[in-house]
Amino acid sequence: MLAAIAFYVLAAIAVISAFAVIAARNPVHSVLFLILTFFTAAGLFVLLGAEFLAMLLVVVYVGAVAVLFLFVVMMLDVDFAELKQGFLSYMPVGALVAAALLAELVLVASAASSAGGAPIAIGQGESETTNAAAIGQVLYTEYLLVFQLAGLVLFVAMIGAIVLTLRHRPGVKKQDVGAQVGRRRSEGVELKDVRPGQGLG
Amino acid sequence: MNPDLDYITWFGIDWPVEIEWGLVKTGQILAVMIYLLLTLAFILLFDRKVWAAVQLRKGPNVVGPFGLLQSFADFFKFVFKEIVIPAGANKTVFILAPLITFVLAFVGWAVVPWGNGWVIADLNVGILYLFAISSLGVYGIIMGGWASNSKYPFLGGLRSAAQMVSYEVSIGFIIITVLLLVGSLNLSAIVDAQRDGIWMWHGFRLANFAEFPNNILVGAIMLAMMVMFFVSALAETNRPPFDLPEAESELVAGYQVEYSSTPYLLFMIGEYLNIVLMCAMTSILFLGGWHLPWGAVDDPILGFLVLSAKIWFVFFMFAMVKAIVPRYRYDQLMRLGWKVFLPTSLVAVAAIAYYVTFLQPASAAITAGG
Repeated sequence: MLAAIAFYVLAAIAVISAFAVIAARNPVHSVLFLILTFFTAAGLFVLLGAEFLAMLLVVVYVGAVAVLFLFVVMMLDVDFAELKQGFLSYMPVGALVAAALLAELVLVASAASSAGGAPIAIGQGESETTNAAAIGQVLYTEYLLVFQLAGLVLFVAMIGAIVLTLRHRPGVKKQDVGAQVGRRRSEGVELKDVRPGQGLG
Repeated sequence: MNPDLDYITWFGIDWPVEIEWGLVKTGQILAVMIYLLLTLAFILLFDRKVWAAVQLRKGPNVVGPFGLLQSFADFFKFVFKEIVIPAGANKTVFILAPLITFVLAFVGWAVVPWGNGWVIADLNVGILYLFAISSLGVYGIIMGGWASNSKYPFLGGLRSAAQMVSYEVSIGFIIITVLLLVGSLNLSAIVDAQRDGIWMWHGFRLANFAEFPNNILVGAIMLAMMVMFFVSALAETNRPPFDLPEAESELVAGYQVEYSSTPYLLFMIGEYLNIVLMCAMTSILFLGGWHLPWGAVDDPILGFLVLSAKIWFVFFMFAMVKAIVPRYRYDQLMRLGWKVFLPTSLVAVAAIAYYVTFLQPASAAITAGG
């Protein structure tokens, strides 16, 4: 009973906040609603018995990715009037994408239900293995190659981002911690015998 | 009445069993919250007293004997002040920010095991849950900084976002080293892996001479991991020397400049509760949780006292760092996080994985699935 109540509450919040992401006028509010959507999705994962995935969703998306979203959106200088103007011209393309997404979702859901229900509740029931162990078993045996390839793709993307943004400018002063710590008194301090009325010159 | 459900009879009425479960859990949550708030009142005073003692001052000593009631006086002062919301502020977000900080600070405690079997929610992914909740703490600060619609709070919020995201990474890897040694993400299991004595505490594996010479490898690494976790915890909770989000000398009070009265109080309680949570995490991951140095503790009440004592000890270290170490510059902070802690903890994860796979005695080896 509790699970049912929790599901309906979470699902309602998820749908409402997902709608608010596109309905909110202030982009920062949109991102905040997006975060709420992620968070409720994590709650739904927990209800399915996929607690490991839920925690990963919170750590990766809510805790890191969405922070960077927020970071960028807060610093952007968005002109709301200009945004509203383009709405009608973008609408056909947007509607097309939305329709495609909807069709895909319906296709997947109907295929899964015709195949005898969605493959849920892996971590639940009598099996002794925990979520994390079960995912690890599959990831590092059956799908090892694909998993490593995905890692490689991310690695290439990371290096690409660094290459795109890193510029070596000449004449930039940088701190060399080793040189600072290794400095001796004899190099840093010089005693001058200043005579009265003359100064250092 | 639905025959599929289990019922329990109280006062002649049949209630679904979920009601009993809910009442018990609510009671436990309330007990932990009250204990935490009381701890907080005295730990705040302790913080100020340690700070004062280092500077040869007396600290708060007027309200009550030795100033013991100072925190309660401060509490009433905050509550009775007027709430000032800046005219240009984004009101909803402005009020929401301290609430989020406050609530998240409490939510994390749900999985903390206080003693043998004394835990509100014994999650299989307990440590990951704690990690997730502590990574959410940044939202209160960044939202508060943005909603204030003022330059200093905004700068403070941005600094804090970058800082907390950076140090989360190394905290994650440090936690992984502990997980590899234990083979479970359950906090109770992590504590129980350290039950034999101080030589099995993850911070002090050097003393485990039974498996010489491997204890030198794993012991040295885990000692370093404990120190790094402590430093990262300082950065993650915005404690001095990493208190750049509210660097007083540059940003007045950082993200909380515009906050007054109760919202400010919520921010402060949340911040200190996060610090105490980090102390508890250090105790559980590296200092044996509720176990004593010379052996296991199976009595939950004694375990509760032991864990509380350890939390106070780690907090004492936090307070001493605040009193002794000068503030880091921002680029130094980022350098430490990304160029020192991240590579070191990555190498440590690889080394501990090597130890667990090839060197660990067979008796202690993890059974698949943990």
